[in-house]
Amino acid sequence: MADAYVYDAVRTPRGRGKKDGSLHEVPAVRLGAKVLEAVRDRNGLDTAKVDDIIFGCVDPVGEAGSVIPRSAAFEARYANAAPGIQISRFCASGLDAINLGAAKIAGGSDEIVIAGGVESMSRVGMGMSGGAWFMDPSVGIPSYFMPQGVSADLIATKYGFSRDDVDAYAVESQKRAKHSWDKGYFKKSVIPVEDQNGLTILDHDEHMRPGTDMQALGQLNPSFVMPGEMGGFDAVAVQRYPELESINHVHHAGNSSGIVDGAAAVLLGSRKAGKSMGLEPRAKIRAFTNIGSEPAIMLTGPVDVTEKLLKKARMKLSDIDLFELNEAFASVVLRYMQAFEIDHDRINVNGGAIAMGHPLGATGAMIFGTVLDELERRNLNTALVTLCIGAGMGTATIIERV
Amino acid sequence: MTDYKNFTVDVDADGVALVTWDMPDRSMNVFTEEVMNELDAIIDHVAGSDAIKGAVITSGKETFSGGADLTMLQKMLGLFEKEKANDRKKAVKLLFDNAGRMGWLWRKLETSGKPCVSAINGTCMGGAFELSLACHGRVAADSPAVKMALPEVKVGIFPGAGGTQRVPRLAKPQEALQMLTTGQTLTPQKAKAMGLIHEIAAPKKLVETAKKMILDGLSPVQPWDEKGFKLPGGPVYSAAGANLWPPAIAILRRETYNNYPAAAAILKCVYEGMLVPFETALTIEQRYFTEIMQTTEAKMMIRSLFVSLQELNKGARRPDDVPVRKFKKIGVLGAGFMGAGIAFVTAKAGIPVVLIDRDTASAEKGKAHSAELMDKSIKRGRATAEDKEKLLSLITPSEDYAELEGCDLVIEAVFEDSEIKKAATEKAEAVLKPSAVFASNTSTIPISGLAKNSKRPKNFIGIHFFSPVDKMMLVEIIMGRKTGDKALAMAMDYVRAIKKTPIVVNDTRGFYVNRCVLRYMQEAFSMVIEGVPAPMVENAAKMAGMPVGPLALTDETAVDLAQKIMKQTVRDLGPKAVDPRHMELIDTLVDKHGRLGRKNGKGFYDYPAKPAKKHLWAGLKDLYPQKNPDKIDVEELQERFLATIALEAARIMEEGIVVDPREADVGSILAFGFAPYTGGALSYIDGMGAEAFVAMTKRLQKKYGKQFKAPKLLLDMAGSGETFYQRFAPEKAAEKKAA
Repeated sequence: MADAYVYDAVRTPRGRGKKDGSLHEVPAVRLGAKVLEAVRDRNGLDTAKVDDIIFGCVDPVGEAGSVIPRSAAFEARYANAAPGIQISRFCASGLDAINLGAAKIAGGSDEIVIAGGVESMSRVGMGMSGGAWFMDPSVGIPSYFMPQGVSADLIATKYGFSRDDVDAYAVESQKRAKHSWDKGYFKKSVIPVEDQNGLTILDHDEHMRPGTDMQALGQLNPSFVMPGEMGGFDAVAVQRYPELESINHVHHAGNSSGIVDGAAAVLLGSRKAGKSMGLEPRAKIRAFTNIGSEPAIMLTGPVDVTEKLLKKARMKLSDIDLFELNEAFASVVLRYMQAFEIDHDRINVNGGAIAMGHPLGATGAMIFGTVLDELERRNLNTALVTLCIGAGMGTATIIERV
Repeated sequence: MTDYKNFTVDVDADGVALVTWDMPDRSMNVFTEEVMNELDAIIDHVAGSDAIKGAVITSGKETFSGGADLTMLQKMLGLFEKEKANDRKKAVKLLFDNAGRMGWLWRKLETSGKPCVSAINGTCMGGAFELSLACHGRVAADSPAVKMALPEVKVGIFPGAGGTQRVPRLAKPQEALQMLTTGQTLTPQKAKAMGLIHEIAAPKKLVETAKKMILDGLSPVQPWDEKGFKLPGGPVYSAAGANLWPPAIAILRRETYNNYPAAAAILKCVYEGMLVPFETALTIEQRYFTEIMQTTEAKMMIRSLFVSLQELNKGARRPDDVPVRKFKKIGVLGAGFMGAGIAFVTAKAGIPVVLIDRDTASAEKGKAHSAELMDKSIKRGRATAEDKEKLLSLITPSEDYAELEGCDLVIEAVFEDSEIKKAATEKAEAVLKPSAVFASNTSTIPISGLAKNSKRPKNFIGIHFFSPVDKMMLVEIIMGRKTGDKALAMAMDYVRAIKKTPIVVNDTRGFYVNRCVLRYMQEAFSMVIEGVPAPMVENAAKMAGMPVGPLALTDETAVDLAQKIMKQTVRDLGPKAVDPRHMELIDTLVDKHGRLGRKNGKGFYDYPAKPAKKHLWAGLKDLYPQKNPDKIDVEELQERFLATIALEAARIMEEGIVVDPREADVGSILAFGFAPYTGGALSYIDGMGAEAFVAMTKRLQKKYGKQFKAPKLLLDMAGSGETFYQRFAPEKAAEKKAA
C-alpha cells in the first residue's frame, strides 16, 4: 500500500459567524473556491490530475448543498476531470476528509486528492440540516440527546473542572492565538480572502479577543442553564451519569469555540504523484481512525479515539510531540489533558477555536495545517490531531514529518 | 328507524339528528363492542339519509362517557395471549385490527359527508373525547362537572383512536404533547383555549347550541382534510420544531425516566404523524398502539391502576353480609398532625367529627389545620369560602371525651405510647355504645396488643393512615387477632366514605407498607456503606421508578426516627435483627453530626434557605471510601431497590399478612409509589416470572446478603411457573363471593 503524503495546507482567515462578520458577504461556495485556487496556484497544480476533492460540510443545505466541492471547483475554474464529494462527520468532517483522501491514496484508487472543508455559519446557520438525532423520539431517547454545551458542562461536572478552570483555559487560548498571530506562525497557511478586484475582505481571524482575562470572562453568564433546567437536559445528563446530583454549568461564549465562517484545504498525494508534480512532501499520514463514544457526554470521543489509534499504530503517548485537539469547549481539552496527563505545553500550543473560532466542517483541516506548520517551526516530528464530534464520536490522525 | 339498545336517534323538524347515548344497566356510558356496532350503523344511517342534515351526539347520563371499558381491553389481551401461543403473527394481526377498530370508525364519522357535533354534557374521557375530536364541531357545557381528558397514559396505554393525531393538529404542539403525555384533565375553558373545542354553552342550551352549529353551515370536512392545512405549530422540521422536539424528548425522560413505553409512544406517534397525511398518521398510531398493548407495562398498569384499584375502592374485600354503614358522627382522638389530618378528610366527606385532645386549645389547633388546607384549596380555585365554612362547622374540637357519645367509629391518633393509648381507649369506651368500633392509627404497635386494652376486642381494629393524610390515598386496615367482620366492614365503609383505598392487613410488626419501606431504606444504607456515591443511590432509586429517593425519604420521616426504630427492633428482636453497619451509619449521622433529617434542616441532605434547593450532604462521601462510579452497575442498583421491596411483599403474602395480591400491588403503589409501571410489588415479580425473579435474587443474595433470600413461596412458584394472581387468584375469591 502506498503512503499518503501531505504537500500543502491552506486556510482562509476565520470571519465572525454573524451578519456583521467580514465573511458574511462571501458565499460559502466562494470560500471553498478560494482555498482550491490557493492550492492550485501555490503548487502549480494541474487540476485535471486531481482524483478527488473531498470537503467536509456539516450543514450542506441551501447554498452549501448539492455537493459543495463540485460547485467550488467550478467557481475556482478547476478542470472538469476533478470530481467532488461532500462528507459530514459533524465537527471532524475536515479531518475525516483528509483521512478519507489518505485512504484512497493508500488504497491505490487515487493519486492526488484535495481534502478540506467549508462552513459559512453566518450564512447557512448551525443545525440547518436538521436530523432525526435530536428531533425523532425513536433516536433522541436511546441516544440521550443533549445540546453539546450541556454535554460540555457534564464533562466539567463529572471530571471536576470548575468555572475558574475552564475560564483560565480560555484566557490561555486567547493569549496563545494572539502570540502566534503576532509572531506570524500562521502565515504559511492563511490566505487572505480578497474580492474580485484584489481588495482584501479579511486577512486575520477576527473572532479573537486578545485582551480577555479572568475578570472579563467572570462577567459572563453560563449559556446552558436554561436548556439544562427548562429544556430538561440536565435531567438527561443525570440519568446517564447518576453519580451526579446536578450539572454545574460553566461554559459560556468566552470559553466555548467561536461561531465563524471559513474554509481549508490540504493537498494530499502519493510519493509518485508528488514527484510528477515536482513537489516535496511536508509530512506523511502515519495513522488515523474513528470511534463511536458514549453519546450523552458526547465530547469525550478524542480520549477514546486516541487510545484506539495509539494502539493501532503501536505508538505511545510519548511518541507524540504535539497534540492538536479542537477547542470545542474548554472542558473537552481539560478532560483530554487529564485523561492522558498531557501538559498544556504539548497541546494546542497556538491556541484554538475558543480564540479563533470553529467553522464546523472546515476545522479539522484547519487545525491539521496549524499543527503541521508548528512541527516545522519547532522542528519536531510527530503530531496527533483530533476532534470531538456530535452524537459521540472521535476522529484522530497522526502525522509525521518527512 | 332502527331501534338501538344504547342510543336514541331523534331527527327534529330542521333535519338535525340528535343521537343520545344512554346505556341501559350502566351508570356511565362506556364503549363496548355493541356500542361501536350501533354507532357504526348510526353513522351509515345519518350519512345515507337525505332527510338528515347532520347529527349532534350527546349523552343521556350526567356524564358524557368514561371512554373504553378497560376490562374489555383486558379480555382482548387475554384472547391475544391465547392466540399467540398458536400463531403469533395471526394473533398480532388480530390485535392490530382490534386496535384500529375505534380509530377507523371515528375516521368514517368525520368523512361521512354530514356535519357532526359532539355536545359534551359531562365528564368525557378517552375514546369518548377522541370521538368528540372526530366530530366537526365540539360544544361543552359550562359546568365544573365537564372534564375532558385522554388519560390512557396513566394506565400504560395511549389514546389510540386518533387522539395522538387530532390533538396536535388542533392545539399548539407543546400543549398537545403535555396533555397527551400526562393525561391532563381539561376544563371547558382550557379545552377551548387550546383549540380542542369550539364553544362553551350553558348546560341547558348545550344541544341547541350544537344544533345551531349545523344549521349555521358547519363544514363536514375537518381542517386536516382541507387542502393547504397547516399544523398549528408549523412544520416539524422548522425553527419552531427544532425548539420543540429536543426538549420535549428530554422532558419526557425527566418525567418518566423512560420507564413508560406508552408515554414515549405518544411522542413517536405525534412526531411521525405530523410528517405525513392524516390517514397515514392514523395507521402509524395504530401500529404503535398495537405494540404498546403487548407490553408488560400496559398489562400490569391496566390491572393494578384501573381494574384492581376500582375493585378495591368498591370494597372488594368487604364482608358483604354486614349492612353498609352511613356515619353520623366520628371521633378522632389526638389532634396532632395525623389526627388533624384525619379530622379534615372525615369532615371533607361531610361527616361530623369530634376532635379530642388533652385540652381544648390543642384540639382547636388541630382544627386550624383544616382551615389552612381549605385556604390553600381556595387559593388554587378548588374550593369556595362556603366550602370552608361548611367543612369547619363539621369539626367540633374538645377536651371532653363525653362528646364522643353517639359516635359510630372512633379513630385514635394519640402519641405512639402504649400507656397513653390505653388511657385513651378506656376513656373513649366509657362513653361509647357497645356497637361502636374503636380504631387505632398506630403505625408501630401491634393491634392485637392494643386490643387488650379494649373491653370489646371484636370491635377493635387498626386504621392506618399515611402522612400527609389529605394527600395519601391508601389506608391500611389492620385486623387484630380478635377483630370481627362488623368492625372490618365499618372500617371499609369509612375509608370508602372518605374516598380512599383500603387494603386489609393482618396484624404484624410494621404491617405491610412500613415493612416494605424499611427494606427500601435499608438497601440504600447498604449502598452508602459500600461506597456508592449518594447521588447515585438516590438517582438509581428514581430511575427504578420510585418517586422519592430512599435517603430523602429517610430525611422526611426523620433520621432519628430510623434510629429509634432500629433501637426498638434490637430491644424486641435481639441484636441480629438490625444490620450493625446500618446502626453505625445512622448513629454517626444522628449522634456525631446532629443530622436528624428535614426537621432540623440537615440529614442525608442539607436544606438551605429557599429558593436554594436541597442537596446531599457533602460529608457523606467522607464517611465511607467511595467507589468509582464508572465501575458501578446502575441497573443492578435499580434491581436491588425493587427486588428488596418485592421480596418483602412476597414474604408478607407467604405469612398471610396480606392475602389478596391486588391489595399488595395497589397498596405498594399508593403508599410508597412502588414503580407504577410494574403494576406493583407483586406484579413486578409476575411480570418477569418467578423463575427469573428468583434467579435475580440469588445473584443479588450472593453479592449483597441475606436480605435477598427468596422465601419458599417464591421458590415453589418458580418451580411451578405460577404467578401471584394465579396462586392467590382474587378473581376466584371474588366470584365465589358473588355466587
